[in-house]
Amino acid sequence: MAHTVISIRTYAIVYLLLMLLMAATIGAHYLHLGRMALAAAMAIAIIKAVLVVLYFMHVRYSSHLTWVVSVGAFCWLMILFGLTFNDYIARGWVGE
Amino acid sequence: MANGILAHHFADIEQQRETASLGMWVFLATEVMFFGGLFLTYTVYRWTYPEAFAAGSSHLSVWLGGINTAVLLTSSFSMALAVHAAQEGRPRALMLWLVATMILGAAFLGIKAYEWMHEAHLGLLPGTGFAFTTPDPARFTSREVELFFVLYFTMTGFHALHMIIGLTIMAVLLLQAYRRRYSQVYNSPVEVSGLYWHFVDIVWIFLFPLLYLVS
Repeated sequence: MAHTVISIRTYAIVYLLLMLLMAATIGAHYLHLGRMALAAAMAIAIIKAVLVVLYFMHVRYSSHLTWVVSVGAFCWLMILFGLTFNDYIARGWVGE
Repeated sequence: MANGILAHHFADIEQQRETASLGMWVFLATEVMFFGGLFLTYTVYRWTYPEAFAAGSSHLSVWLGGINTAVLLTSSFSMALAVHAAQEGRPRALMLWLVATMILGAAFLGIKAYEWMHEAHLGLLPGTGFAFTTPDPARFTSREVELFFVLYFTMTGFHALHMIIGLTIMAVLLLQAYRRRYSQVYNSPVEVSGLYWHFVDIVWIFLFPLLYLVS
């Protein structure tokens, strides 16, 4: 099984995209999107993280086992947030 | 020497490389949990005290935080090029990109240290010297803003600690590259160190909007 080497051109394009997305994050902040601001900032951050994971961290060209571990880490994080906010958001829904 | 790079318990060099990379990913999964706990704490308190967090965040410099984000993204790019040079068996290029990454990493820490000192000078360091006074106690209290700064210093502090560890690892890689220890066939230490450095970059990708850009 040959080991894929990602080209410098691909790295450069990903780097350029990351810088543009960073500018977009700061730009969105000054647009004062109100309630949507956090969602926009987090959406951009997730896109940036996925670009880094897929290309800089080579996951796109890695084995299925690496996919399982990297996606698994994200799933555990979602369980942590999901179950905690399941509590915080639902507080006060039911009367004493 | 050619056979010395393959540990006896692996079938071939590809299996050894794959194992090293997977081991790093398992470690990074535990790191996701470590920072995940901090991010969760942050999220719970921001959800509870939104106005205090916005007030605290407005005292941070978006300008300096933005420059630091650019510096760190660039360092990730140069680290990717270092790994690329190692995979192609070009030790001089590897050393060059490692030095570039280390300079950028040190620049990040320098800017961060300047920010911390500036914030401490403004009396925003939590503890007995915390000098922030709320303009309107009915909307939010000084203690809630202090909580934002506890999380700010803890999260950026742990992130900076990871960067210092990363710089130490790169100093070792640089020495080993100078000794021509890495080749097209054997470069796992460079590759897994790259994974670590990119992970630290991802943590900052989330820290920057969450700490600096609260509205």
